[in-house]
Amino acid sequence: MADSPILELRGVSKSFGAVQALTRVDFAVRAGEVMALVGDNGAGKSTLIKCIGGIHPADGGEVRFEDRTVTISSPKDSSALGIEIVYQDLALCDNLDIVQNMFLGRERLSSFARLDETAMERAAMQTLASLSVTTVRSVRQTVAGLSGGQRQSVAVAKAVMWNSTVVILDEPTAALGVAQTRQVLDLVQRLGEKGLGVVLISHNLHDVFEVADRICVLRLGQKVAEFDAAATNQQEVVEAITAGKVEQVPGMATEATA
Amino acid sequence: MSATAPKPAPAVEAPAASAGASERRRRAVRLATDSTALIFVALLVLLAIFSALKPGAFATVNNLRNISIAAAPLLVLGVGMTFVIITAGIDLSVGSVLVFSGVIAVKVMTALGNSGWGVVVVGTVAAMLTGLAWGLVNGALIAKARIPALIVTLGTLGAGLGGAQLITGGVNLRGVPRELVTVVGVGRLFGVVPWLVAVALVVTVVGAVALRMTRFGRYTFAIGSNAEAARRVGINVDRHLIKVYALSGMLAGLAGMISLARFTNTTIAGHSTDNLQAIAAVVIGGTSLFGGVGTILGTVVGVFIPAVLQNGFVILRVQPFWQEVAVGVVLIAAVYVDQLKRRARDRL
Repeated sequence: MADSPILELRGVSKSFGAVQALTRVDFAVRAGEVMALVGDNGAGKSTLIKCIGGIHPADGGEVRFEDRTVTISSPKDSSALGIEIVYQDLALCDNLDIVQNMFLGRERLSSFARLDETAMERAAMQTLASLSVTTVRSVRQTVAGLSGGQRQSVAVAKAVMWNSTVVILDEPTAALGVAQTRQVLDLVQRLGEKGLGVVLISHNLHDVFEVADRICVLRLGQKVAEFDAAATNQQEVVEAITAGKVEQVPGMATEATA
Repeated sequence: MSATAPKPAPAVEAPAASAGASERRRRAVRLATDSTALIFVALLVLLAIFSALKPGAFATVNNLRNISIAAAPLLVLGVGMTFVIITAGIDLSVGSVLVFSGVIAVKVMTALGNSGWGVVVVGTVAAMLTGLAWGLVNGALIAKARIPALIVTLGTLGAGLGGAQLITGGVNLRGVPRELVTVVGVGRLFGVVPWLVAVALVVTVVGAVALRMTRFGRYTFAIGSNAEAARRVGINVDRHLIKVYALSGMLAGLAGMISLARFTNTTIAGHSTDNLQAIAAVVIGGTSLFGGVGTILGTVVGVFIPAVLQNGFVILRVQPFWQEVAVGVVLIAAVYVDQLKRRARDRL
């Protein structure tokens, strides 16, 4: 796990008009690790992932992927790199079944441009099985009939199906009950064990401490701290979230990118 | 992830079989619970009732042919409308586009001498292209200018009909190639199936395959279900919507040609409720006005229920106005069933 980061942001900035949403943020995630991204509302978490996802391309700084400098200017660029983002609202089609949702926009075709339902169904079942998602009764169920945790699982499975290397989860447990949160956290951990780089955005520090290897704290658009999850505690992280010294950022930058 | 890698043949056998089985199960479940099956049974019951009451007049090949011919143009409109409504849209302009396209076709065919198969083909292409153009206008205004479909197509409904009357001076144009009327209009394929019905059948089958088995159909469902989700996975939602309205327009153009073949003139005043009839057929067939749900098979049944009622009432000498009452009741019942299903689903 000590190898070089799979995805690395160096000094990334982003502003919307006069509002500076991100100021020279350094951020890195390695393969096989779960990196938590925490911060108060408006700290820049969403903006950061939107920069990575190509929805709001960064204005300044450098994005490196597998030790190469890359330009991400649209969602297509990021998915071509194998970066998948599971947004908070999941964006699943209720009327479509699990297979149809997982393959939406990337359907497999057989002869005469027909959809290859059998191949897609098989691949969907394999992916779900590889993530140990066993709670769905049938992959031909419509998403409308699934619980929140099942939906989250489908959304994650959809994201990892495409030879993805980095999966970013935006508040995956925000709307879930205890048992379902457990399911999803287990899933997050398994993603890391499969060797993917996982970025977990969460408000719930309890969840973060359960699965994260490292914790990156944003405050007012700047990175104020980065912790090793095993070597810190909730209190320290809360302090960084609420009162982290923003002017520390330049110093931390050199440290993080070393 | 190796999910996309081709698997060696032996390993494929078992999952493929189980995948097929689950697909079959899904179909069985869907059949049992779907309103399409329900409405199909209703159609069969209607057919049985009329057949029992007037076997000599109703249940004859000739009469079924008549019903089918009457249903043919509506079926063609209904196929396009099904796609539109599955995207959670609506197309009120189909009747006017039908008339306008018919007028253009007559103009073109007359200019070419009004005789021969070549002229018929050119006329058909002209009608379909005219319909396509109207559909593109609808689609562009809806998808790009973000004007509600109800308003856009209400506008083109008026503009299309007004345009047709401007071109013709308000008088129906006559004069279509003899081949169109004697062969396509009243002739039969293999001496059995009326040509008009055969054309409608081809459109229906192609539409059903496109809706169920192609990307185009899948994206249509996805957009009606959650347009934002479709956008996020990289589907060009605007372009797809334009295509769907273009399809509806093009089929309206084809229906215009069918109407010409049947009535031999442009029947400008005769299509003012085609749009509502097509929408009613689609909705009776189980397609949800809220989008994301629907089948072409349902639309076929939805077209035939009013057609059978109309025909049966005439044969039974019931005042045909009852047909409109009956269709109204069926329509409201169909939407109510859809609402109940949605409510049951949302409770989950």
